[in-house]
Amino acid sequence: MSEVLSGTAIIVGAGHAAGELATHMRDNGWRGRISVIGEEGSLPYHRPPLSKAYLAGTVTAQSLLIKPMAVFESANIEFIGGVRVNTIDRAGSRVHLADGRTAHYDRLILATGGRPRPLPVPRIQQRTPDNFHYLRTLADVDRMREQFKPGKRLVIIGGGYVGLEVAAVAIERGLNVTILEALPRVLARVTAPELSAFYAARHRNAGVEIRTDTQVEDVQLDPSGNAITAVVSVDGSWFEADLVVVGIGLVPNVELASDAGLAVDNGILVDEFGQTSDPDIYAAGDCTNHPNRFFGRRLRLESVPNALEQARCVAASVCGKPKAYVSVPWFWSDQYHLKLKMVGLSQGYDQLVMRGTTESECFAAFYLKDGYLLAVDTVNRAPEFMLAKRLISERIRVDPCRLADEGIPVKDLLTHP
Amino acid sequence: MPTIIFIQPDGSEQRIDAPLGLSVMQVAVNHQVPGILGDCGGSCSCATCHGYVEREWAQHIPVAEPYENDMLTCAADVTESSRLSCQIIVTPQLDGLVIRLPPTSR
Repeated sequence: MSEVLSGTAIIVGAGHAAGELATHMRDNGWRGRISVIGEEGSLPYHRPPLSKAYLAGTVTAQSLLIKPMAVFESANIEFIGGVRVNTIDRAGSRVHLADGRTAHYDRLILATGGRPRPLPVPRIQQRTPDNFHYLRTLADVDRMREQFKPGKRLVIIGGGYVGLEVAAVAIERGLNVTILEALPRVLARVTAPELSAFYAARHRNAGVEIRTDTQVEDVQLDPSGNAITAVVSVDGSWFEADLVVVGIGLVPNVELASDAGLAVDNGILVDEFGQTSDPDIYAAGDCTNHPNRFFGRRLRLESVPNALEQARCVAASVCGKPKAYVSVPWFWSDQYHLKLKMVGLSQGYDQLVMRGTTESECFAAFYLKDGYLLAVDTVNRAPEFMLAKRLISERIRVDPCRLADEGIPVKDLLTHP
Repeated sequence: MPTIIFIQPDGSEQRIDAPLGLSVMQVAVNHQVPGILGDCGGSCSCATCHGYVEREWAQHIPVAEPYENDMLTCAADVTESSRLSCQIIVTPQLDGLVIRLPPTSR
């Protein structure tokens, strides 16, 4: 093991997971070369503010950097930005870069993340109209922000977190906002109907128009073909637009792995240490499909905490200090003054317990199965969020009546659940 | 530039020059202080930048907003000195500030 620590580690990707991998590998004793190769030119930066404060223009791009260059320099980490890794030559332990360079690795770590799920409309596949946007990168938001002008008609396709966060910023900026959601309710993939109804009502009160059960079929372009003028739904409805933002999910970047013959199934398949089907190659972050002990199944998550926490475990494991990734997923989303924080995965719950009322805009929705907590969605309720993290990770059985009783302090729910 | 002193549970110290206006969390992250992660980027969403502020320093720091205290309610190893370091901004008055790391910091 000690010889490999003086070898070369290549990290593909330069997002949250990649940055964390690089510094933690150094901390865990990797003495040899560490190269981070990112397709984006930037050092790893915070993505969550892209659809919030950065879109609103209240923070600068510089302030989004997770760690300054000096941290990577002092850890002697090489950063190669703006270059794509095209292929992995596993037999030769090499990667081939798009600029023609080739690099040898002793250990390869894939932190390739994901890309926005494309809108399946043939008319825009050849050429992206100037007022058509996805939201994943700084460059995406820089381009979008220029068109964020009061009075403009914004059509958002997709009523998930990205769509709702963009809507909140846009309506406060004075745009006319319409959300088109294919399913019967917003946030349908991630929360209970009660939460969806709460968020839909909050957005409608702010002036956002929400159309559910509305699947987009086509767009209309202006004569130049450079700009969308309207979005057309399957039932033939037209939604006139000055700009369009699409947030319909993420596609994990697995092609590099699958082309190299690594096992891939809705993400790059890894074990609890982040090792792929090739023992010299690991993966971390949004691109992985990994086992989760708490939920007894494999998960592919799109989340910052997942990327960071998994990266720390993988960094240790690569350095010969195997550390299993054992973590309860959690997420957050800020819209208006509502701080939504979620822990766990609610899929399969048999009981929903509310603590506080949605009218108060300060409540927690607990999802239980067989008396155990699966997940919680909290709105402006940080104590319950922190409580739920412990209840789920320590698998503490809870009394639903006590959870619902606001007369009982949250702290007491931890000691006498 | 003010100096901030981070002390680990084992007593080891890091003394760091802290630029004015940065959060104490970002200062720690920029110098790889173990135990301060700042996973949410300072949006007061994760409690991975928990530290103890010694009593004599507390008077030089604005008191915690209710939201910060809420995050600390069920965090591990919370004491009366607990703060989330992402919510403490470096000012000239904080030269010599001591932040102690809790025992369970990951």
